[in-house]
Amino acid sequence: MAGCRMKLELSLVALGKGRLGVLKGLGKTGQLSLEVPGCLLHTHLGTVPHLTQDTLSTLSTLPSVTQITLSNIAEHQEVLEEFKDGFRKFAGLHDTVLYCALHDPATPCPTGHTTNKTVSVWGSGGRIELTVAKFMALQKAVKPDWYQSMADGETWQINTSHKRVRKSVDRSLAHLDECLLVHQKSQELEGVEVFGVVEGGDILEERVRSAKETAKRPVSGFCLDGLQTGSMDQALRTQLISAVTKELPEDKPRLLQGVGRPDEVLASVEAGVDLFEGFFPFQVTERGCALIFNFNISSNPELAVLEPGEDQETAGDSQNNGDLNPDDQTQMTSFEINLKDKRYQGDFRPLVEGCGCYCCRNHQRAYLHHLLVTNELLAGVLLMIHNTAHYHAFFSALRDALAEDTLDLLKRRVLGQTERKD
Amino acid sequence: MAATRECGAAANTSENIMSLKKALSVASPLTLRIVAECPVTKARACDLILPHSAVSTPVFMPVGTQGTLKGITVDQLDALGCQICLGNTYHLGMRPGPDLIEKANGLHGFMNWKRNLLTDSGGFQMVSLVELSEVTEEGVKFKSPYDGKEILLTPEKSISIQNSLGSDIMMQLDDVVSSTVTGPRVEEAMHRSIRWLDRCISANKNPEKQNLFAIIQGGLNTELRKACLDEMTQRDVPGFAIGGLSGGEEKDDFWRMVTLSTDHLPREKPRYLMGVGYAVDLVVCVALGCDMFDCVFPTRTARFGSALVPWGSLQIKNKQYAKDFEPIDPDCQCPTCKRHSRAYLHALFKSDSAAMHHVTIHNIAYQLNLMRSVRQSIVEGCFPEFIRTFMKRMFPSRDQYPGWAVDALASVNITLE
Repeated sequence: MAGCRMKLELSLVALGKGRLGVLKGLGKTGQLSLEVPGCLLHTHLGTVPHLTQDTLSTLSTLPSVTQITLSNIAEHQEVLEEFKDGFRKFAGLHDTVLYCALHDPATPCPTGHTTNKTVSVWGSGGRIELTVAKFMALQKAVKPDWYQSMADGETWQINTSHKRVRKSVDRSLAHLDECLLVHQKSQELEGVEVFGVVEGGDILEERVRSAKETAKRPVSGFCLDGLQTGSMDQALRTQLISAVTKELPEDKPRLLQGVGRPDEVLASVEAGVDLFEGFFPFQVTERGCALIFNFNISSNPELAVLEPGEDQETAGDSQNNGDLNPDDQTQMTSFEINLKDKRYQGDFRPLVEGCGCYCCRNHQRAYLHHLLVTNELLAGVLLMIHNTAHYHAFFSALRDALAEDTLDLLKRRVLGQTERKD
Repeated sequence: MAATRECGAAANTSENIMSLKKALSVASPLTLRIVAECPVTKARACDLILPHSAVSTPVFMPVGTQGTLKGITVDQLDALGCQICLGNTYHLGMRPGPDLIEKANGLHGFMNWKRNLLTDSGGFQMVSLVELSEVTEEGVKFKSPYDGKEILLTPEKSISIQNSLGSDIMMQLDDVVSSTVTGPRVEEAMHRSIRWLDRCISANKNPEKQNLFAIIQGGLNTELRKACLDEMTQRDVPGFAIGGLSGGEEKDDFWRMVTLSTDHLPREKPRYLMGVGYAVDLVVCVALGCDMFDCVFPTRTARFGSALVPWGSLQIKNKQYAKDFEPIDPDCQCPTCKRHSRAYLHALFKSDSAAMHHVTIHNIAYQLNLMRSVRQSIVEGCFPEFIRTFMKRMFPSRDQYPGWAVDALASVNITLE
């Protein structure tokens, strides 16, 4: 039996409106917890992109769970095996729960290399093929607190055949069973939690089949794969998630992979998702943008829809609205501003008025603009700090809204900005 | 203005500095207080009191070219104990331009750096970076790399930009000539630099808040340098830089020009040796009487994975560090060494830019720490001992000591066994 100290305590379950609770019993001592709905701390090899401990620690509320991915780590297997003390110590991470995922959600990987027995990840030196044996050897070397089982999720491209989707479900179940077998025999993985991965592409029956079958296995929770931003529109995603969560036990957490945009997060929470990979702030940072979308609903609800003209950022209107591809993950969204834009050259306001992050307390838009125009490394550091703070504060607001039954208001607030057409 | 002098252990409390600063701030935005002088070499340990804070010398000034130290926040820089860093007039004059920076409350306001800033004139960049059109008596004409337009940088324009930047120390615009050039051009440039110094002095709108330093030129020619020193030291500037060196010339010529310069510069004003940053160079040039140094090397080399240590440098990206679980320097107290191993940094270089920041922090810490130790040894009267220990650590054996360094140190009574 895999580690089963992880417990999801739900304080609120409203069908079609999401769940609120706390994931407890996390970490080596079982003392850590994570509020849900929540997102994990996305890292490259244990490092939040661009940040060192000093800059990271300027952020006051960070999730207690750090996500690492085998795509970064697989090439260092030998090093970790020689190190012997696990990834946490290797990376100088202290009091955090380590969750090991397979793929980096911020970087879609090439397809066509998955077989019945293997999946592939791409490290700095190229493709690394993983069998379950190698996958589990990696988990033993990494020693995470929790990991997702090996899975075949290559169903997100358009026109994936029914046959291919069925294969991904079958393979993922087979991989899960094999992983669990190895896990149960491994002393080194005692107490470590395993998440099963639900596949099924965009085919309803396959999704339901995968969910039902995965739920039969002794796992601590579920990853929902193959629903990444760009693979399908939110309406279909919501439909599939709802169908899947119906088949999953209520008391185990559900982690949705590859989805991070605020609108998609809100819809997915309503469909029953508890956890998200926190990679969206990084993507926004990489395109030189800052998250500015409003999620503050504590003011007078009557005024919530009437925005003051001057201050309201029409995020995205510096773009030409011609050929926007909503599926392109690198493209700017309506939740952010592009600081490279000339209009910010002499803008001495902080990124977001009232944001308490290091960047907003110490720097102005004009400075960020300058850093981006001159290709300075500090731009990435400051934007990462702000975007991370903003995004995690959004999740906090989301939890508050669920608790106070003001989710509709929050949705209007957050999404209101996507509706402006001018 | 006589500077006070104290031997032995420094008794410079911040109270002393503040009252001294108050007493003299009306007269000058720079005060140099010589805390200790090495009885063997020409080294000094001083308190350099500038508008934004006091600076302990000898000092290494990290270079933050475009209003940022690459990848490092001002808080991190402050936490490392940095008291003064550089900005570049040329770069900032182009982008974002002096008008915007003035609106932002000067470069201090723009980058939110609360301690001291030194800006160079833009002269060196123009020679080293851009297509040089023409140098005339008027100024330097060159083509902007951003829009191809022709720009004329005159002494007046350079000072005007630096006035807008509001730096604590500004450099004169000098006629910069590569140290490998010989012939009449060197002499012409030297004389012109003197004339441009006078124009810069006249153009300075903020003499009570910003210090204008002269830059001694003259290439590698003793006579020319002496002539330049004689002339420039007649001007009432708060400090002097030794320029025209550190550009690829022979080290044997380099140190001779440095020591010649410090021999003829006033004792009670700071000496700034431009473009010097290698550890050995710093230690030797302190012994030759220099107080201030700047160089892009430590921060630039960090981004390539080269970590500076008392025994040389480690190329962290090299395979040999993949399984090395020690910190860069077990004795180093910087944030990087306290938390991370060489192996982790080696791996991180393949995944994230933060690896560069870790090494940058370490390298700045190394440089600042080196200077702090140098200063302390001068104050305690054991600088010669420090030099010997330093050299022993840096080089595996006596016959690997660089010849020029041995000669230079011998010239100030230091024999290395």
